Amino acid sequence: MAALAFVELDEGKVKKSSLEAVSYAHAVAGDVTAIVFGKTDDMDEVGKAGASKVLSVTDDKLSAPNIMAYASAIAEAMNQEGSDLLVLAKSSLGDPVSARVSIKVDASLASNVTDLPDTSGGYSVKKSIYTGKAFANTNLEGDKKIIIIKKNAIAIKEDGGSPEVVDFAPATNDSDFTVKTTKVEKAEGDILLPEADLVVSGGRGLKGPENWGMIEELAKTLGAATGCSKPVSDMDWRPHHEHVGQTGIKVSPSLYIAIGISGAIQHLAGVNSSKYILVINKDPEAPFFKAADYGVVGDAFDVVPKLTEAIKKAQG
Amino acid sequence: MKILVCITHVPDTTSRIAFTDGDTKFDKNGVQFIIGPYDDYALARAVELKEQSGGSITVLNVGEAETEPTIRKALAIGADDAIRINAFPEDALFVAKQIAAVAKDGGFDLILMGRESIDFNGGQVHGMVGELLGIPSVSPVMTLDIDGDTAKISREIEGGKEYMELPLPFVAGCQEPIAEWKIPNMRGIMSARTKPLEVKDPTGDAPKTKVSKFELPPAKGDVKLVDPDNMDELVNLLKNEAKVI
Repeated sequence: MAALAFVELDEGKVKKSSLEAVSYAHAVAGDVTAIVFGKTDDMDEVGKAGASKVLSVTDDKLSAPNIMAYASAIAEAMNQEGSDLLVLAKSSLGDPVSARVSIKVDASLASNVTDLPDTSGGYSVKKSIYTGKAFANTNLEGDKKIIIIKKNAIAIKEDGGSPEVVDFAPATNDSDFTVKTTKVEKAEGDILLPEADLVVSGGRGLKGPENWGMIEELAKTLGAATGCSKPVSDMDWRPHHEHVGQTGIKVSPSLYIAIGISGAIQHLAGVNSSKYILVINKDPEAPFFKAADYGVVGDAFDVVPKLTEAIKKAQG
Repeated sequence: MKILVCITHVPDTTSRIAFTDGDTKFDKNGVQFIIGPYDDYALARAVELKEQSGGSITVLNVGEAETEPTIRKALAIGADDAIRINAFPEDALFVAKQIAAVAKDGGFDLILMGRESIDFNGGQVHGMVGELLGIPSVSPVMTLDIDGDTAKISREIEGGKEYMELPLPFVAGCQEPIAEWKIPNMRGIMSARTKPLEVKDPTGDAPKTKVSKFELPPAKGDVKLVDPDNMDELVNLLKNEAKVI
C-alpha cells in the first residue's frame, strides 16, 4: 500500500496527533508521504515519525485552514502519489476534510480507530464507539481507504530519517473558496486540550471561577491542559472549548485528574478513553470514584495545593 | 427559508451499552431511544430561524419503522413534515447518500444536523453530504445566523473558535450553544400526530463499511484510595505504578 498522511500544524508546530497518524501509516503501509499545509521547521519530526517524503503546500491561499480547498488538495495528492490509504488524526479540521475526500476519491472510511488493521480476512479496524463505551471491529471495503485515528491510541515512532520535502502546488478552484474565515479566536500558548497527554479538570466543587488558580498551578506544574465540567462552562466560569463531556470535548490523555466533579454519566462519556483517572472529591459517594483508578476523598482546597507541592518535590 | 434537519435515533446517553447475537447486534433491551443530542441542537436552531423569518422545516431520518416515535417528537418540537428513509443506517456513506438524494431536488436553503451521532461518533455525514451536493459543509458549528443569502457562523476549533461567512445553501454539523434544546408542548405533541410523515425506499447505494463484531472495554478495577495527608504516596503511584507523570 502507498499511504498519505495529513499532517496538521498548530501555530507552525506539527501536532502530536498528526505524528501519531504518520507512524500509524508507516506501520500499515511502510512507504508514507505526508502532506503539510503551511510553513514549519518540524519537517524532520515528520520524517522521524515515518514519512519518507513530504508534500509541502506553501500557496498563501491555502495557509489558513479551509475545509473544501484542503479536501480538493488532499484528493489531488492521493491521485498524484497513487495513495490507496489516507491516515489522519481526529480533529475539528480533519473530520470535515476527510469526509469530503472520501467522496472525491471513492474511499471507505473509519473514524476513531484505536488499533492497527487486521488484514487476516479482509481489512478490519477497531473503532471506538458509544463515546468510548464500546468498540466496533469494522471491515473497510474497496481499493481506497481513509483511517482517522483516535488521539493517544498509537505510539509515535522516532527512528525515521530526514524526509524529502517536495513543493506541492495543488490546483485551486474558486468554488472551494466561497467560505470566508473572518476571524480566529484562539487561546495562545496553552496546551490544546484535545491533544493533551495530561488533563486537569475542575467542576462545580470549586465554587467559582476565582478559585481556578490552584487548578492552573497544578496543570502548569504537570505540563497539563485544563478542562472543566459542563455546568462550569454553562455558568461561564470557563470557556466552552474547555468543556469535557458528551457534548463537549472528548479527551484521551494518559492521566485525567478530576477535581470537584461528581462524575455524571455525560461527563464520563468525555473521559472514559483516558488511560488513568484520578478523582479528588470530598464526597466519598461521588459516582466518579467508580470510574477512577486513583482517588482522594478530601477537600479540593486542601488536597490540590498539597498535591502540587508533592509533584514539585518529586520533580526536584 | 426551507430547512432540512437530519436526525439520528440513538440510545439515551445514560444507557447501558450491551450487545447480543454473538456481539453482532446492539442490545435494545430496556434502552430508551432519543433524538441525537447534537441533532436536537440543530433542530432547535432551525425552529428559531423559522420563528424569525418564516419558511418550513423538514425532518429526515434514515431508519427502520421503530424510529417513528423519535421522528414524531421532532415534529412536536416544530418541524412541519418528515421523511423516513426505510433502511438501517449501515454507515456514514450510506446515510449521506440517502440524505443527498432527498436534498438534491428539495430546494433546501440549509441542511442541518448534529456534529456527530452519539452511537458511532464518526462526525462524517455532513461533510459527505456537502461533497455529494457540491455545496459547502461546516462543522462543528456553535452559532449560526442568516442575513439574506449569506450565513454567519462560528465553528469550534481546538482551543478556540473560527468565525466564517458563507453563501446558502450549505450543510452544517451543529453543537451547543447554537440553541437551547426545546421541549415539545401539548399543542406540539397533538399536532405532530397529524403532520405528514413520508416513508421512502432507500437508494440502491451500498455501504462501504460493515461491523463484524462489537466489543466492550475490559472491566475497570477498583479505585485505589490515597489518604489526603499522603500526597507523596499519590505522586509515587502516578510516577512508578501508572508511569504517567
